[in-house]
Amino acid sequence: MPKITINKDKCKGCLLCISVCPRGLIVVEDELNLRGIKPVKFKPGGKCVGCAMCAVICPDCCIEVYK
Amino acid sequence: MKIYSHPKSLRNVSTHYCPGCGHSLAHRLIAEVIDELGIREKVIAVAPVGCAVIAYDYWDFDCSEAAHGRALAVATGLKRVRPQNIVFTYQGDGDLAAIGTNETIHAANRGENVSVFFINNAVYGMTGGQMAPTTLLNQKTSTSPLGRSAAAQGYPLKISEMLALLPGVKYIERVSLHSPQEIMKTRKAIRQAFVNQIEGVGFSLVEVLSPCPTYWGLSARESMAWIKNTMVKEFPLGIIK
Repeated sequence: MPKITINKDKCKGCLLCISVCPRGLIVVEDELNLRGIKPVKFKPGGKCVGCAMCAVICPDCCIEVYK
Repeated sequence: MKIYSHPKSLRNVSTHYCPGCGHSLAHRLIAEVIDELGIREKVIAVAPVGCAVIAYDYWDFDCSEAAHGRALAVATGLKRVRPQNIVFTYQGDGDLAAIGTNETIHAANRGENVSVFFINNAVYGMTGGQMAPTTLLNQKTSTSPLGRSAAAQGYPLKISEMLALLPGVKYIERVSLHSPQEIMKTRKAIRQAFVNQIEGVGFSLVEVLSPCPTYWGLSARESMAWIKNTMVKEFPLGIIK
């Protein structure tokens, strides 16, 4: 089943991935990361289609996609 | 199976770029194409002065640094001395279209066989968001606080269209980073610029419309929308030559 992994300590919180996910499966984390900002996380149990649009638009290369 | 991951030619470090900056996206696309073409051991990048001044800390291949605006003069020297290498410059609008206009035009006119990646974000990022030659009319910057006016500051400089007039120039395309689809087109254009150099076609330039959320005073998402709705009207996308 497709899934993504997010490197939360590299995430700068630009939220571009949230704007492109066709299923709305990326949300903002409640806790701060090492940078002191709230990174994004994959919604637990979400059904990812592996389109990789989030990884394509992530400026900081935080997202890896598995299919 | 992993279908999308960090390119090998890009060091796995955090960049100094602001959240939502187009530079880190463009760095990654260049690294991906270099990996795909298998030219990592042959490539030499010339970094600019501007926000991308320490691009050599992020790319994991040979890089040189040039004085402000002189990246194409350095690239000319590198390519003529080492024609077996793949030489490219990575320059912003302040570097390529303002202080370096002279070097840019003459290198293009000589038809140097190098690839140029021109990151156009319509503002000077590194120095604090001042007006650039590519700033749009009515766009507010720290040195045009009422918006750029044609009477006082002239019109946005379309360097790609100007260079397209020169017979030495073989390929110019303007692309954008405002959506995943456009990012993939940008990747294709970057690849074409490298392939042209490998095949000895001649001077290739890819102009990339890139977001600068910090100095546009917008969120990352709004910046992408601003490129799509406003910037593209002034700088139309597509193959110029």
